[in-house]
Amino acid sequence: MKSTFSLIVLIWLGIGLWTTSCGPKKTSPDQSTDLTGPGQSAVADDESQKHVVQVAVGSPDHSTLVAAVQAAGLVDVLVNAGPFTVFAPTNDAFNALPAGTVDNLLKPENKGQLQDILEYHVFVGVISENMILDGRKLNQVNLKDVTLGNKDGVLMVNDANILGSVRASNGIVHVIDKVLLPQ
Amino acid sequence: MNNKLIFKYAGAFLLFIIMAQFSCKPTAPGSVSTGDAATRVYVPPGQHDEFYNIVSGGFNGQMSVVGLPSGRVFKILPVFSVHPENGYGYSEESKPMLNTSHGFVPWDDLHHIAISTTNGVHDGRWAFGNANNTPRIARVDLSTFKTVEILEIPNSAGNHSSPFITENTEYVVASSRFSVPLGSEQDRDVPIDTYKENFKGTVSFVKVSDEGEMSIAFQLVTPGVNFDLARAGKGPSHGWFFFSCYNTEQAYSLLEVNASQRDKDFIMAVNWKKAEEYIAAGKGKMVKAKYAHNKEDKRTHTTTSTILEEVLQLDPKELKDIIYFIPCPKSPHGCDVDPTGRFIVGSGKLAALVPVFSFEKIMKAIDDGDFEGEYDGIPVVRYESALHGVVEKAGLGPLHTEFDNNGNAYTSFFVSSEVVKWNVNTLEVLDRVPTYYSVGHLMVPGGATAAPHGKYLVAYNKITKDRYLPTGPELCHSAQLYDISGDKMRLLLDFPTIGEPHYAEAIPASMIKDQSVKFYRIEDNEHPYAVKREMDAKVERNGNQVHVYMSSIRSHFAPDNIEGVRVGDEVYFHVTNLEQDWDVPHGFAIKGANTGELLIMPGETQTLKWKPEKVGIYPFYCTDFCSALHQEMQGYLRVSPANSNVPLKFTLDMILQ
Repeated sequence: MKSTFSLIVLIWLGIGLWTTSCGPKKTSPDQSTDLTGPGQSAVADDESQKHVVQVAVGSPDHSTLVAAVQAAGLVDVLVNAGPFTVFAPTNDAFNALPAGTVDNLLKPENKGQLQDILEYHVFVGVISENMILDGRKLNQVNLKDVTLGNKDGVLMVNDANILGSVRASNGIVHVIDKVLLPQ
Repeated sequence: MNNKLIFKYAGAFLLFIIMAQFSCKPTAPGSVSTGDAATRVYVPPGQHDEFYNIVSGGFNGQMSVVGLPSGRVFKILPVFSVHPENGYGYSEESKPMLNTSHGFVPWDDLHHIAISTTNGVHDGRWAFGNANNTPRIARVDLSTFKTVEILEIPNSAGNHSSPFITENTEYVVASSRFSVPLGSEQDRDVPIDTYKENFKGTVSFVKVSDEGEMSIAFQLVTPGVNFDLARAGKGPSHGWFFFSCYNTEQAYSLLEVNASQRDKDFIMAVNWKKAEEYIAAGKGKMVKAKYAHNKEDKRTHTTTSTILEEVLQLDPKELKDIIYFIPCPKSPHGCDVDPTGRFIVGSGKLAALVPVFSFEKIMKAIDDGDFEGEYDGIPVVRYESALHGVVEKAGLGPLHTEFDNNGNAYTSFFVSSEVVKWNVNTLEVLDRVPTYYSVGHLMVPGGATAAPHGKYLVAYNKITKDRYLPTGPELCHSAQLYDISGDKMRLLLDFPTIGEPHYAEAIPASMIKDQSVKFYRIEDNEHPYAVKREMDAKVERNGNQVHVYMSSIRSHFAPDNIEGVRVGDEVYFHVTNLEQDWDVPHGFAIKGANTGELLIMPGETQTLKWKPEKVGIYPFYCTDFCSALHQEMQGYLRVSPANSNVPLKFTLDMILQ
């Protein structure tokens, strides 16, 4: 019995040495270090054609839209490869909404509602001017439909007029004179 | 205690000893990664590496673009081998790049890299690579990381000692590993055992113009030995080029034995300025040759192959003072010139010592006529007179030497699987580290130039065995990154490579990353079949040739419905990517095509040739996930019988009709 005990001790000692003698070499990764960086909108590229967000930022008539896209956290989304068709209401269009509407939408607690409205202005796919057929429906990012209008070359989306269109690297921007409100 | 008990105790004790023994040892040879090694090679997400490492791919025929210190692979850059990934060698525009006097050759063995230099220092314009099998030199543009030119080398076989370059990229060289008979068909059809009389080596000096265009300036016809590696002189030795040669025995069978008979072979010193003088004086003779020169036109992204008919040859036996032989022990492989240009290191791969020659001493010996004889009509400089000294007992099987910025050299030893650091002046061995396993080339960023960066050293190994997770009998090759900033070399990282890495070079990322082209400007596209506006897309028939002028943009092709194609037609899809955005290639593939796919960069036009052989509807689609509607990026082509009257028709919904 004694000899068996000694045997066990010896083997146990050996195992102990084997497992501990190298010391704690491995440390777990530092959980406090956050390696996530900014999104695609931070890519430095002044050579490529402008994407839809840069088109909007470059237009003085769209500062409200740009502020709203930022508040809704949609900048990185709209910088994506897309492609997107963006219906871009002018500042005047936002100003035509009942007083206080825009300020209210820009409040953090209304972010979801703001996103819903902005996503109603975006279609995934490129609808250039020559593809705007009267009565054609587009299912927007918020999953609600808009209806395109084309009456003798006068282009519309729902009840908004399309004032002009700008090609972007990742889609097209149609400037409109009314904010589209999902029903 | 009975015997049984003693045996038990002894067994347990032995187990104890064994466990204690191995408990602190690495579990595999070479697992020494400790301390801050991980952080030294760690490039955090979103950050860039410090160096571009352009690594040869050996029998894969490509170069790899690798980041250092991370070891991450950014690109497999096809050079001499077709590349399904991007259609290189499959598109009509790129096929001529692989044309040779032997026709289309879709493969080669790329061994060495030379990044262009100005005043002996990397300038970041081009990287050159050699084709070992069907002798060629390629030039890669480092703003597009694309092969833009390939020049075939006539009168050569086994273009191993290539594409090393002179200080200001005046020349890249190509010299023959295999001597062969030259001349007319009759001259070349000789018994192999007439090697000594009939077989010759050649060393070609390829001129590089300011725009990079290559042309063979002259060829030296040399005794029939095997040239192995080469380096240009620099600084004081600018104007000279040094080539290692083995098989001075002129064996032509069982070289393993018969080419190792002499105790010394040669380093061949070439005075290329002298050769220029002879050419200026009208010496040398134009001989018939047939070789391909393939160059891409930047405006059309299309390569044209031209077959050239003659080459200027110089015979150094008649035109004295161009070449000299310097004895070098035991089948030298590496032949490396230190950053000062004063010393030439020969590495006799069967020797245990490393001879270092002095350029000044070589010049003096030549001036003094201090020769020990002639070899096939060429003067042989006395060994002792050329020698700066010898690194004694450095290791076994020295192959290649690179240099740092502190006067030290690093030599790889294949047989003893190690890198040995030694001082060029004192020839004293300073340090040695193992490699895993059987190292070939070494690379210090800028280590072949007049200004090495001397921070890292990479060993490119030939044998991998247990280094990584096994993948059956065929394993990747391994590379090891060492920190050489201190007195002692320190292993930091072990990483797999693509193909077989031979020589590599590295250049600071800051020198080239800002010149990297993001896309091609559509307004600069002069391809004859380019479609610059979607509305201009069309299909034309010319006899049995059908040309599809197609555009692609997120997320459709124009046209995407094509009818009126017949069995037996030759259909050319000329696809222009209309995007003007960074990193938005579109692909193109059609069912049954027995070529490959196209991968078209923004602003570029590429062409796929397709011969439909069966009636039916053939889908085509974009092969590169380009956008959220990538899966919608498709089209149909109708193939009718050969005698069909279906009219040619091409549409895109209501946009194009």
